[in-house]
Amino acid sequence: MSEFKDKKIILEVKNLKKYFPVLGGVFSRPVAWVKAVDDVSFHIYEGETFSLVGESGSGKTTTGKTILKLHEPTSGHILFEGKDISNYSPSEMRPLRRDMQIIFQDPYGSLNPRLPVGEIIREPLAVHKIGTKKEQEERVVEIMKLVGLRPEYLHRYPHEFSGGQRQRIGIARAVVLNPKFIVADEPVSALDASIQAQVLNLLLELQQKLALTYLFIAHNLAVVRHVSDRIGVMYLGKLMEVADTKELFDNPLHPYTQALLSAIPIPDPDVKKERIILQGDIPSPINPPSGCPFRTRCMYAKDICAEKTPPLVDIGDGHYVACHFVKKGGKVEYSKS
Amino acid sequence: MEKEVLLEVKDLRTYFYTEDGVVRAVDGVSFTIHKGEVLGLVGESGCGKSVTSLSIMRLVDAPGKIVGGEIIFKGEDLLKKSEEEMRKIRGSEIAMIFQEPMTALNPVYTIGDQIMEAILTHQDVNEEEAKKQTIKLLDLVGIPDPEKRFSEYPHEMSGGMRQRAMIAMAISCNPDLLISDEATTALDVTIQAQILELMKDLQRKIGMAILFITHDLALVAEMTDSVAVTYTGKIVEYSDVRSVFKNPHHPYTYGLLESIPSLLSERTKEPLPAIEGMVPSPYRMPKGCHFNPRCPFATDICRKEMPELKEVEPNHLVRCFHPVNVKEEVS
Repeated sequence: MSEFKDKKIILEVKNLKKYFPVLGGVFSRPVAWVKAVDDVSFHIYEGETFSLVGESGSGKTTTGKTILKLHEPTSGHILFEGKDISNYSPSEMRPLRRDMQIIFQDPYGSLNPRLPVGEIIREPLAVHKIGTKKEQEERVVEIMKLVGLRPEYLHRYPHEFSGGQRQRIGIARAVVLNPKFIVADEPVSALDASIQAQVLNLLLELQQKLALTYLFIAHNLAVVRHVSDRIGVMYLGKLMEVADTKELFDNPLHPYTQALLSAIPIPDPDVKKERIILQGDIPSPINPPSGCPFRTRCMYAKDICAEKTPPLVDIGDGHYVACHFVKKGGKVEYSKS
Repeated sequence: MEKEVLLEVKDLRTYFYTEDGVVRAVDGVSFTIHKGEVLGLVGESGCGKSVTSLSIMRLVDAPGKIVGGEIIFKGEDLLKKSEEEMRKIRGSEIAMIFQEPMTALNPVYTIGDQIMEAILTHQDVNEEEAKKQTIKLLDLVGIPDPEKRFSEYPHEMSGGMRQRAMIAMAISCNPDLLISDEATTALDVTIQAQILELMKDLQRKIGMAILFITHDLALVAEMTDSVAVTYTGKIVEYSDVRSVFKNPHHPYTYGLLESIPSLLSERTKEPLPAIEGMVPSPYRMPKGCHFNPRCPFATDICRKEMPELKEVEPNHLVRCFHPVNVKEEVS
């Protein structure tokens, strides 16, 4: 934390909610709501990598997309460089898109198959009317070199590239406008092991060269630990714990974080881990448990966990935990029930 | 004491005859699984690991064809069996679980009926006994409320529960060999931990051998006794799990182990030592060693000849002209 104490906050999310309707009946009216993001607050410092981790249905991707206004927030505030953009219209958002970009998980589905690579990367420049066509083309060549694509591939189509190269195209498209902030949504999870390292290295290199801030969304905790400065752990639409990377891995305080970290397999046959095996499945976000969403799988759950939702509180040094039994200074009072 | 050999794959070759040319998906693969042993088959996409498992089950479809080799299971060559004989072996002596349980489960029958059918096909029991066994199995794989779950359809279950149901079906006839092909890849990490724990537990209880196919080196370290690392249809390194992880000799194995972010690494936010380039296209395999264009140690011979899989240390096989030696580098 100390490293970022004097740093500027680039993005702040306050009580963000995103509910999706479940339609039913003859009139297709909402019969229930999927609470994909349910009262989430956090902030991201300029130049850092903040990661959201969590399992399927935790709402990490929805959070990322709502921040970019690719989904309309149900309620709450999103402040980008101090400006509240939560109620911005698409046309008000357009100039901001130069600063806020996204890299998708699927390098196959996110590139237009009918456009040559040079056009895919040039498109954002054309949309924002930056420079003459010749200048745009020069910029494309420059960016292709930067992300490790050979400029002579300019006229090739996405299907002619491997998964790793396609992800480089996606990254080139995201950085061509020289943005400040990038949401990287599972950018390496579709890639083979030997290619993952190449793309992670590229993301780290670009962050330094272009002074980028990343919101990194991923489920692979070993990858997240490698790239992040700070991490937020999500479960069923809520943040359970936020801390510095080292602090989170050395001193996880939320029972869910503890179970999640203990479940990570380690590529060393000599390391035998004490594993916390959680019982049961992740509940459906349509009908999440009352109170603490994790209580149905938590071995420490007591009556209060069903009655009250624990708030996310700073227990010291920027370590936030949402658990009734974790107190200021990191004192834990949970016991097996 | 030498353990009894359960499965011996010898020089297996499975080729795909496509319009664009012949793809040698499995190209001279040999390995041995002893009774009760867990062998990991690890590699990236296109290394032939899934085709190997389908070949053992004799489930390779056109344009693929097993063109050579032997698959000796309990002393008999499966490649010489009739389709009828194979049907009896599949499911009862060798069972398989997949990444996507919906490929193994029939969506129009209940979970219970499907497992019961497997039991009735392979065992000489009546329906009542089969149902009793099914409920016991569902309980064994950790499906809560098994009597009620018996009559649920696959779509009514979560991914983790479906995976459990598929495992219940796979072990319903006490197979000697379970082939697990990326069975936990699509699952969340806490659910994956549950399923792996279940597989380890069942393996100990039933004593079955497992051919554990995955792309995830961390899972191999956790689950297996021995490891075969595959690259472009060939095994490049083969030994016990400790030797492979602690003393990898093939530059590919070594490179992969170095490049994956690990919870044990101290160097975060630093460049990872990545392997350059990518897996070659199956239609344009490089001459010589298939790894040579990506290998930092490649010399002229690597660009001309394919190295043999040779013993570089007792029980440690490596396909390389210039094996790396981690131990030497350290000392």
